Amino acid sequence: MGDVRLMKGNEVIAEAAIRCGCDGYFGYPITPQSEVMETLMIRKPQEETGMVVLQAESEVAAINMVYGGASCGKKVMTSSSSPGVSLKQEGITYLAGAELPALIVNIVRGGPGLGTIQPAQSDYFQAVKGGGHGDYKLIVLAPASVQEMNDFVDLSFELAFKYLNPAMILSDGVIGQMMEKVELSEYKPRWTAEEIEKISGSWATTGKTPGAQRRISTSLDLDSAKQEIFNHKLQAKYRAMEENEVRFEKIACDDAEYLFVAYGSSARICQKAVEQAREKGIKVGLLRPITLFPYPTKAIQEMLKNVKGILAVEMSAGQMVEDVRLAVNGKVPVEHFGRYGGIIPTPEEVVEALEQKILGK
Amino acid sequence: MTEEIIIAGFGGQGVLSMGKILAYSGIMQNQEVSWMPSYGPEMRGGTANVTVILSDDRISSPVLKKFDTAIILNQQSMDKFVNEVKPGGTLLYDPNGITHHPERRDINIYRIPGAALAVEMGNPQTFNMIIMGGFLKIKPIVLLENVKKGLEKSLPERHHKLIPLNIQAIQKGSDSVETVHTV
Amino acid sequence: MTATTEINKIISKENMVYGKTSVLLDNEMHYCPGCTHGVIHKVIAEVIDEMGIQDKTIGISPVGCSVLAYNYLDIDWQQAAHGRAPALATATSRLMPEKYVFTYQGDGDLASIGCAEIIHACNRGENIVVFFVNNAIYGMTGGQMAPTTLEGQVTATTPYGRDCAVTGFPMKITEMIAMLPGTRFVTRQSAETPGAVRKLKKVVQKAFENTREKKGLSFIEIVSTCSSGWKLSPVKSNEWMKENMFPYYPLGTLKDE
Repeated sequence: MGDVRLMKGNEVIAEAAIRCGCDGYFGYPITPQSEVMETLMIRKPQEETGMVVLQAESEVAAINMVYGGASCGKKVMTSSSSPGVSLKQEGITYLAGAELPALIVNIVRGGPGLGTIQPAQSDYFQAVKGGGHGDYKLIVLAPASVQEMNDFVDLSFELAFKYLNPAMILSDGVIGQMMEKVELSEYKPRWTAEEIEKISGSWATTGKTPGAQRRISTSLDLDSAKQEIFNHKLQAKYRAMEENEVRFEKIACDDAEYLFVAYGSSARICQKAVEQAREKGIKVGLLRPITLFPYPTKAIQEMLKNVKGILAVEMSAGQMVEDVRLAVNGKVPVEHFGRYGGIIPTPEEVVEALEQKILGK
Repeated sequence: MTEEIIIAGFGGQGVLSMGKILAYSGIMQNQEVSWMPSYGPEMRGGTANVTVILSDDRISSPVLKKFDTAIILNQQSMDKFVNEVKPGGTLLYDPNGITHHPERRDINIYRIPGAALAVEMGNPQTFNMIIMGGFLKIKPIVLLENVKKGLEKSLPERHHKLIPLNIQAIQKGSDSVETVHTV
Repeated sequence: MTATTEINKIISKENMVYGKTSVLLDNEMHYCPGCTHGVIHKVIAEVIDEMGIQDKTIGISPVGCSVLAYNYLDIDWQQAAHGRAPALATATSRLMPEKYVFTYQGDGDLASIGCAEIIHACNRGENIVVFFVNNAIYGMTGGQMAPTTLEGQVTATTPYGRDCAVTGFPMKITEMIAMLPGTRFVTRQSAETPGAVRKLKKVVQKAFENTREKKGLSFIEIVSTCSSGWKLSPVKSNEWMKENMFPYYPLGTLKDE
């Protein structure tokens, strides 16, 4: 067994960043995710790995620092919570438009507006459907444990560089603030200038080599015909992600007659609800999307052979449920159960909702 | 084995750190653990509570409505959690400041004069470990040696000299817990 | 001797008194007649060439008329969102401290929407060079008021002249920046005469030398014209600049430490 610790999800994000060879973190404090930058400041990775950690003057500046760093072929990231991530949307769409790899962590809190500092999942639309302007997609990973907070930092960078696309870890105050047992990753060295040249030399703005093609990091093309061709290229990339990168977990699904679909902390609550419902004789399973984009549409469709009804559980007024309904396409009833504004549903409430909204039909 | 525990009291009573030491002790005996605090404005001197789960299996929800054990350290927490103990479960409380004592008869109830004992020990910071001692006497879910390891892991090195005092406090708590009612 | 061989002799290398730097690309510039962006680009390109830092220089272009600056200088470029160039430059310089990083921004980009980014990059003393081209108007979007638009100046959004009681005052952001302890070298120049261009080139060189010596942030304002936005001929624009801009934005070095 490696380095096993008891850590908060937010602290683990910082630790995982250092260990996976991240080059730069740029952030701005906001509850409930300030521990990410605080942990980095305590750890002083600039002395250990050379990683740059900087508190920016705003979320807007932070995401644009990420744009600058990503343009250099570096592994760079930022983290924030909902209101701060709204401010970052401009930079995020520019990253997508310039095809730059980067990691954005959103420890979601209740909204709209300044909202609350308690956990929520009401930024699903923003993360998955756009958020910023233009036809773009983020790779969105939804950790459901502190261990996955660790694992998904490295995975996000891997996918971001594979597809030259920004990736988001969409978590919430439950996973960010709770402590669990976590086995930390092994240290990976940061990429050297030579490695960056090898991996990202075709686009990274590290200074023009004499005689070589110069590199320009931009999302601008005033020629509409070229812009359309570029958009086709982006769409092809998103289809490739849908083909290759869908991740999900099934719990108690083999004999399931009913199904919960839930991600992140809601999935944890649903896991308990599965136990409680099965004690009552209700054969319910849980399908947990791990990637929210690309979404496990096919996995849900495959469940429809045996499943008579689906309850989407999320800490929102009903966002992910739309993707469940698109997958199901009317074949079985799909209902939504959510608590929001920072209220976390209890497993008991989830079982009750299943009985009323799905079994009651 | 899965033990789902709520520890609730005032901010400053060491509620969160007690939960952390308990969780670390679980790790020391290869268990899965989770520690989920209430956070936010409540942190600033108001009520504080933390849900701690120790289990031999993967832990499902870190957020719970019902608990195997409630450790209650003030009246507000008593009001909030007395009815959230599962039937047959356990409630441990410090009577200091409690005006309405628990009356349920379907749960096991114990009490421990933690605040008074901490004064006796001349160190109010031993309070949470006295309570821990009481809890472990009733529910020996972690071994004392693992608590010691847990303390080593969760306390910063400069505070390691306080570990013997903490162990002493656990001992004191273990000796001082009183049974009020058992099912 | 034929005419062609005669010409070839005249233009032979030994007779060359001036040549275009290869750092300046041959792409036709989109700037309007009379605009000094082209001259400023050339000056920067020449300094990069003469210092031999082409392979180590990263330019950050803004949103505004010079958004396409990357088409003209043969170096690696990043194109920033409106006003955010100093944030990109911050990360680029910190992650690659051995490189020469500059931003190239207009008055709307730097002094309005990007005010926070420039102030904080200056305050942190980032080891970068900032070029601030101030022509007191938004050129790209069609001549609207900028923070540096003079009192009474007519623009598309101040059709009756800028009324300071309503819109605030022409912003002397370079003076503000000079006050910040993070800045090392702050100067205000122009580029309307050969003499001014020569002076400009000297400070550009000094600024990149500051980067090399890790001295911190160098800030160069270039007071400029906008014939299209001001609706004046290039010659009249220069006259208007001298009469109106120079008194309010006096040329000279504000800080050199």
